Amino acid sequence: MPSSAPSASSGRSDPWRRDLRVGRGAPARLLVDGNLVDAFEGESIAVALATAGILTLRHSPAAGGGRGMFCLMGVCQECVVSADGVPATACLEPVRDGMVVSLSPFRPARRHGIES
Amino acid sequence: MTADYDLIVLGAGPAGVGAALAARRHDLKVAVLDQARAAGGQIYRAPNFRVGAPELRAQPDLARGEKLRAALEGSGADLFLDHKVWFVAPGISVAAVGPHGPTRFEAPAIVVATGTTERIIPVPGITLPAVVGLAAATILLKAHAVVPAGPTVVAGIGPLLYAVASGLLKAGGEVAAVVDLARPTDWAAIAPRLASRPDLLAQGFSWVAKLRRAAVPLFFGHTVTAVGGSEAVEDVEIRPVDPDWRPLREGQPVLIKARSVAIGHGLVPATEALQLLGVPHAFHPAEGGWTPQVEADRSTPVAGVYAAGDCAGVVGAAAAGLAGEIAGLSVARDAGRLSPSAYEGETRGLQRKWARAARFGSAISRLMALRTGLIQAIPSPTVVCRCEDVTRASIEAAVSAGVRHVGQLKSTTRCGMGPCQGRMCAEAAAELVALGSGSDRTAVGQWTARTPMLPVPLAAMVGVYDYDDIPKPVPAPA
Repeated sequence: MPSSAPSASSGRSDPWRRDLRVGRGAPARLLVDGNLVDAFEGESIAVALATAGILTLRHSPAAGGGRGMFCLMGVCQECVVSADGVPATACLEPVRDGMVVSLSPFRPARRHGIES
Repeated sequence: MTADYDLIVLGAGPAGVGAALAARRHDLKVAVLDQARAAGGQIYRAPNFRVGAPELRAQPDLARGEKLRAALEGSGADLFLDHKVWFVAPGISVAAVGPHGPTRFEAPAIVVATGTTERIIPVPGITLPAVVGLAAATILLKAHAVVPAGPTVVAGIGPLLYAVASGLLKAGGEVAAVVDLARPTDWAAIAPRLASRPDLLAQGFSWVAKLRRAAVPLFFGHTVTAVGGSEAVEDVEIRPVDPDWRPLREGQPVLIKARSVAIGHGLVPATEALQLLGVPHAFHPAEGGWTPQVEADRSTPVAGVYAAGDCAGVVGAAAAGLAGEIAGLSVARDAGRLSPSAYEGETRGLQRKWARAARFGSAISRLMALRTGLIQAIPSPTVVCRCEDVTRASIEAAVSAGVRHVGQLKSTTRCGMGPCQGRMCAEAAAELVALGSGSDRTAVGQWTARTPMLPVPLAAMVGVYDYDDIPKPVPAPA
């Protein structure tokens, strides 16, 4: 069973939970912005991160709002991360052991407000 | 690499698989393409956990999906899964990017079976992480066996609400409430048509019974008016609605503590490929919105182009499989592999079964058809276009400045111009332009589908080549 990283660190939310009654793939480890995250082979990056309490995957380019997976079918592009250096829709891309995931490259260089 | 086929099938959901199997029965050379790594579409999305007999017994959709995948595997069709289709043109030519680089396909016929995208009308706070689509929640359960941090509010319209909420309970989740736009009278109005599928009706009742046993509050005739929280979801504000889905502002709203939200307002045909192929579209709200012109044999006015399943008008998975089969047989007939009389014989029963399945599906579609109160309720500062952070206020300003078509809206505000290519905001944006200009959805039009149909890295599109592979003109004589 994976031991998820503590959710107390900054940017962590309440972790989502795997139904542990079903069999999973082999244990796999991801390096996410320098932090180790335990996961299982075959599950998607976005879901693996959510079970570690990492829900904010990027920030919207115009207003800089935190965003996470939304459609889970590769349509909305809200969950695009860098996986081993390549942009990937995290909701579809399966976890591989040793994968290096980076959330920061897609943060906006500058933020400007939206009318509110 | 270019591969030649008799038939290209876009999408490996029930409609695409139905078409592929039918075409294979008449020995057509078939290529099936899908972005997912396993066939099944979203309705029969393949699990990425190990499936044993108990799971198959407990989930009829899972069992149906396994059966469909096995049939496709054994059909002799060439499967190109994990392939992103980014280009399609009449002729027919398709370009995709797969795990081994770029691929091209040529065929005289194509069956487009691309299903739907979910309509999600924005509310304040909807862009917060931990707010996902209703269809997304079904994928969490079906493909991942993962539940969001609870309590979860499940909100929107349609039977998926009850499928998701009861599924969350079964997988160990905590459901704070189900917030259903439909009032009991709306459900009662379609009940006679739902009775055509007693099995599905019974499944619906069992979902509701499970929720009632768990004492989950069910709010009928209610809508979410805001998701509260600055970095994470903290609570959800709901209000009753009038028959036009307009939230009633008098009185205090109900505030529900929550850590996650699943929200969806119906399904819209995903027709980008059909648009690129030149098939004319018309706006039919009861079928989900903009739908392609498709005949009973699933052919379109464009030679060699067929459309089947929910991308041709939303009537549900059961009907989709049958429509796919009809499309596959029509391709075989038009390729001269099936005589007109044999075609009649093979399709007559399928057409009858399709009509019965569609009766149930279209009743659900009608229940989910968008009502304008939900659009009118969007507050001005709310982000409508998630990609570009375009608010309702910006859209209204554009309409005041003279915008009368969604194409004009896109070029003046960037609404719909981001990486999702307008798939997430098309419905709300078009409704707002229609509302603001006192016009209708047909007049405000739809966004033009563009190549590449999905964001694809240029390197993946181009593939690996040497300098010597580049065609170079012969130098002019000195």
